[in-house]
Amino acid sequence: MRLVVDLNKCQGYAQCAFLAPDVFAMHGEESLIYDPRAREEQRERLARAVAACPVQAITADGLEGAAGAEASAGMGAGDASDAR
Amino acid sequence: MPADHLDWLRREGRIVVVGASLAGLRAAETLRAEGFTGSLTMIGDEPYEPYDRPPLSKGVLLGKASPLHTELPHRREIDAKWRLGVPATGLDLSAKRVRLADGDEVEYDRLLIATGVRARPWPKEDEARLDGVCVLRTREDAADLYRRLKAGPRRVFVIGAGFAGSEVASACREMGIEVTVAERAGGPLVGALGGVVGAVAADLAVENGVDLRTRVTVTSLEGDQAGRVRAVHLSDESTVEADVVVVSLGSVRNTDWLAGSGLGAGPRGIACDAGCRAFDFRGIVTDDVFVAGDVARSPHALFGYQFLSLEHWGNAVAQAETAAHNMICHGADRRPHLWMPAFWSSMFKVNIKSVGVPPMGEQIMIAQGSLAERRFVGVYGHKGRIVAAVSFDNTRWLEFYQRQIERGAPFPVEYPTVDRRPEGRQPVDAQFPDPSLPTHGPMVTMSGYSPADQQLVFHPARH
Ligand SMILES: Cc1cc2nc3c(=O)[nH]c(=O)nc-3n(C[C@H](O)[C@H](O)[C@H](O)COP(=O)(O)OP(=O)(O)OC[C@H]3O[C@@H](n4cnc5c(N)ncnc54)[C@H](O)[C@@H]3O)c2cc1C
Ligand code: SF4
Repeated sequence: MRLVVDLNKCQGYAQCAFLAPDVFAMHGEESLIYDPRAREEQRERLARAVAACPVQAITADGLEGAAGAEASAGMGAGDASDAR
Repeated sequence: MPADHLDWLRREGRIVVVGASLAGLRAAETLRAEGFTGSLTMIGDEPYEPYDRPPLSKGVLLGKASPLHTELPHRREIDAKWRLGVPATGLDLSAKRVRLADGDEVEYDRLLIATGVRARPWPKEDEARLDGVCVLRTREDAADLYRRLKAGPRRVFVIGAGFAGSEVASACREMGIEVTVAERAGGPLVGALGGVVGAVAADLAVENGVDLRTRVTVTSLEGDQAGRVRAVHLSDESTVEADVVVVSLGSVRNTDWLAGSGLGAGPRGIACDAGCRAFDFRGIVTDDVFVAGDVARSPHALFGYQFLSLEHWGNAVAQAETAAHNMICHGADRRPHLWMPAFWSSMFKVNIKSVGVPPMGEQIMIAQGSLAERRFVGVYGHKGRIVAAVSFDNTRWLEFYQRQIERGAPFPVEYPTVDRRPEGRQPVDAQFPDPSLPTHGPMVTMSGYSPADQQLVFHPARH
């Protein structure tokens, strides 16, 4: 699964690193480092991190943020594989 | 424009996006989200689906992410025709056609240009070709650099201590690799954040074991018989042996393909109005060509309507969304792109963020925390107003200062703040270098008021 964090929004409170430690890690006191390609078995943890991020900074394929505003439900791998 | 034409455009018009990266992808998603059902073509010269660049100088070099897997998640299906691996080579404004390198031509009703920037190469071509001389902009660049770092070079030499160069140096130190950084200014990040903050960045680098050489320039790169780089010669006549050289001298805007098109495009980018519509070379705004992301220069109300070029991730996203919205709606429903510049970086485990336009500030005041502790907020002032703020490991305060900038709050900061130290009582000179000297991105460039980008004479392309 592809993911990206809007690090302008991120406040470094480490909620995501707590919920999905294999994907997100704090580097120093408030910098976040993450793997933009999470393995499929991380889906549930990643979903929890996306939902729990207090500033909705995480966008991941097929997962809606807490606000659920932009991520669309029908998001599949379709677009991506066209491009490869 | 008549309403029925716009309805037709939204229903079955042809939109072409040139540049299939962050801005291009987010624009395409916005077009679909806002109900565009016509044909959408994404033209990109890189043969990959859109990927994210910031991790390439951070997590990737630390081995925490693969250089080949930073693809951006998609917010929705975009149902586009992808033309990847083919550069656009020309634009015919009157025929509304984009020319491609493979000879094809693609017609549009609306065009979005999001061709971004590329790394500025080492100017001496024969030296730039030496094995071991690298730049960092694309995923191939990152894969190549990572491979070289993993191979355990004796020393890495970074030319230019902007954000990118400093991030590379930081990654080298974390991997235990010896690294020398050469910078023309008095310290790292000076072009972006000024000398006061640059001095903090210098201490940070030196304490982490970087061999930092300031107020010097690199005069030449020396290769061995096999064509591998082996040493770097400096203006102070010293020589440093290194087997990897990272050229981090900022960027060049990808506007060459527009030469002779009649668009107001040049080395400083493509000028557009607040609604992201491109200007032509005469300074007349077009209504069917839009611009977004690193390649754009757009006027900003909060900063005296100067054209700003922002090599910022957040700007690419916000401008793409606004451009896409404006491409498919009526004049009255269009929105101005008034994004507050915001940027982040991370080096030596310190989180650096800024809002506003620091280089516009003449003075800086350390409103909270302390420079020596490397945990502070610096506030920049210009003509009695707050115009920017920077934080080192103090993110949570930035939003407050962003509001202050938006309100045009007075400078010096007059209210008491938490954790104000004696050093923060008075503003001091922010120590920006002469603006006519080149600085290193990615940051903000203020480029005056002319929409035509110095192209006073127009040379039509031969079609
Ligand atoms: C190593 C690195 C680290 C960064 N770190 C940060 C950071 O920490 N914080 C931050 O805010 N920003 C950072 N940035 C900047 C950020 O990545 C950019 O602002 C962002 O990528 C801009 O997106 P864009 O779509 O406008 O341009 P780009 O990402 O440059 O994309 C333009 C695309 O158009 C393509 N193209 C060019 N010419 C043509 C043509 N003629 N025909 C077809 N396609 C063409 C290019 O190949 C490219 O794929 C970093 C950038 C790099 C390289
Ligand atoms: S939970 Fe959100 S704000 Fe907190 S560190 Fe993760 S991305 Fe940043």
